[in-house]
Amino acid sequence: MTDTDVTVPVIELKNVSKTFGEVKSLQNIDFHLDPGEIVGLLGDNGAGKSTLIKTIMGYHAPDSGGEIYFKGSKLTDWSVHKAREIGIETVYQERALCEQQSIWRNMFMGRERRNKLGLLDVGGMRKEAARLMTEHMGFTSNAVHPENSVLTMSGGEKQGVAIARALHFQAEVVILDEPTMGLSLSETKKTLNFIRSIKDHGKSAIFIDHNIFHVYPVVDRIVILDRGTIAANVVKNEISIENLMDGLQSVARTGSWSA
Amino acid sequence: MAIDESYLAQGPSADEPKENTESRVDKSKPPSVWRRFGLQMGIGVVGFLIWLLFLFSAPTVFTQPAIYLAFASTTPLFLIIALALTFVIIMGEIDLSFPAVMALSMVSFTWVFQSGGYLGVAVLAAVVTGALAGAFNGYLVAKMGIPAVVITIGTSFLFRGLELAAMSGSGFPLTDEGLDPLRQILVGRIPGGIPMQFVWVMVIAVLLWFLLNRTRFGSHVFLIGDNSTSAELMGVSVLRTKIGVFMLVGVMAAIAGLIASFEVSYFWPTLGEGTLLNTIAAVFVGGTSPFGGAGSVFGTLIGGFIIGALNAGIVSAGINAFWTQAVFGLVIILSLILQVIIQKRVRS
Repeated sequence: MTDTDVTVPVIELKNVSKTFGEVKSLQNIDFHLDPGEIVGLLGDNGAGKSTLIKTIMGYHAPDSGGEIYFKGSKLTDWSVHKAREIGIETVYQERALCEQQSIWRNMFMGRERRNKLGLLDVGGMRKEAARLMTEHMGFTSNAVHPENSVLTMSGGEKQGVAIARALHFQAEVVILDEPTMGLSLSETKKTLNFIRSIKDHGKSAIFIDHNIFHVYPVVDRIVILDRGTIAANVVKNEISIENLMDGLQSVARTGSWSA
Repeated sequence: MAIDESYLAQGPSADEPKENTESRVDKSKPPSVWRRFGLQMGIGVVGFLIWLLFLFSAPTVFTQPAIYLAFASTTPLFLIIALALTFVIIMGEIDLSFPAVMALSMVSFTWVFQSGGYLGVAVLAAVVTGALAGAFNGYLVAKMGIPAVVITIGTSFLFRGLELAAMSGSGFPLTDEGLDPLRQILVGRIPGGIPMQFVWVMVIAVLLWFLLNRTRFGSHVFLIGDNSTSAELMGVSVLRTKIGVFMLVGVMAAIAGLIASFEVSYFWPTLGEGTLLNTIAAVFVGGTSPFGGAGSVFGTLIGGFIIGALNAGIVSAGINAFWTQAVFGLVIILSLILQVIIQKRVRS
C-alpha cells in the first residue's frame, strides 16, 4: 500500500462501530478504498460485511465516535439518498428490487427522473432502461421490454437489473454484496467482467463474496472481517490463492490471521 | 445467450407449471393489454353487468335521470376519500380514522366561521385540521411502527371524542346566508342538474391520478407498498412518504366532511359514521391489492360508482334496505378473494 499513501481515499472509515442492542456488529473499523481500487471483502456469515456496507451507504448510522470520509471530507447527516447523490451505488445481496413493479421503476428507484414541470419523465426512463438492459447487460437481440415487471424475470436477469441500475448513475464507487449468489456460470462470468470494467473506467469497487475463486482474480486488495473486526488486510499480489485459503481457515479457527 | 436457450429447451411441460409460465412470457414485448389493464377492464364489465341487472329489475327507475343525479350527489361523499385511501392501501397500510377526521375538521370550520373569520380561512382551517390529523396517524404508523389497523382505531376514538367534546355533542346549522357562496361551490347544481360534488370528485380523481402515476411521491407509494426494505435501501424516504399519504387522506376527509355537511346544511356531530364501509369497499372493488404494491385511481373511481349504484339499486329494486350492509360485506369479501386468486396466478 506504500504507493497509495499520497492519494486521498475515495472512502475512508475511522473507528467505526455499530451496535444493535447488545450485539456489536462492527468494532472500531478502520477501512479505506482508494481511487481505481477494487477491494474484496471476505468473512464468514455474521462477520459484519453487510452491516459495514450498509453503514457506508448511510442505511445504518455508525455509533458515535465513528467517522466516514468521502474524498477527504467528513460526512455528516449521512443518508442513502446523499450517498447515491455523491456517487456511491450498491448492488445488494437481497437485490433491493420491488418485484411487482416494472423494470424502469426499479431501475430509477429512489432517483426518478423528472421533466421541467417536476413530473416523472416516464418515456425517458423507459427508453433509458431498455438501452441499459440491451447494451450493458447483454440481453442481446431479445431486448427486455422495460414495462415488464421484475417478477417475470430469472435470477440472473434480476441481478442484471440491479447491476444496470448501479451502472446507469455512473457511480464513483460501486459496492457489490454477493453479486454472484444464485447465478449460472455464464451469468457469473458476465458479472465478474462487469467488476473488472469498473476498474478500467477508473472507478472503485468493494466486492463481497463467499467464493474466493470469484474474488481473487478481480481484486487488488483483500480485507478479511471476523466477528466485527478487521482480521487481515492483504495486497493481492503479495499472496497466493493457496496462502489466502490457509489464512481464511486460520481466521475461522482461531480468529487470528496467519498466512 | 445461454439463459435464453435454456428457456427454449425446456418447452411446455405439464409437470413444471413454474418454468412453463416463464417460457410463455415473452419479455421482449410490453406486457399485453390484458395483463396490464385486465383488472380495470374486469371492474368496468362488472359495473356494467350490475347496471344491467338493475335496469331489468327496476326499468322505470333506471331509465329516468333522477336516479343518476341522486347517485352523483351521494357517491362523492365517500368516493373523494376512497381515492386518497387508495394510496394508503397501495402502500400496504390502512386508515380507519377518516370518518372521525371528517367531523373533527368541521369543528375547526365552525369555530373560524363563528368567530367571524373569512370563509376561505374557515375552509383552510378544516383542511389543515385534516392534514394534521393525518400527519399524526402517519407519524404513529411510520415512525413508531405501530400497525395502522390498530393505531387508527385508537386515533379514531380520540378524534371523535375531541369533536364531541368541542361541540358538546350538539350540531351546527349551516343555513347562514353568509355561507351561500361556499354552498354553491361545494354542493351547488350546474346546468343539467349535475351536482358540484360530482365535478369535484372528477377533478380530484384527475389530480390524484397525476400524483400517483406522474410524480416521485406516487412512485415511492408503489415501491414502499411492494417492498419497503428495498425502497429504503435505494434511498426512498419511507417515513416522509407514509406521513404524506396519511395526510392526503386527512385532507380529503376534510373536503368530504365539508361537502357532506353542506349537502344537508347541517353539521351533525355524528358526521362520517357509515362512510367507513363504503369507502373501503370502493377501494377493494376497484382492484387495489390488499397486499400492497398495486392499485389504481381509475379502479377506485369505478369501484366507488359500483358501490354507489348498489346502494341506490338495492333500495329501488325493492330489496329490503337492511340487506345493503350484507351485500357490501359480500362485495368486499368477493373482491378480496378475486385479488388473491389473481395474485397467485401472477406469482406462479
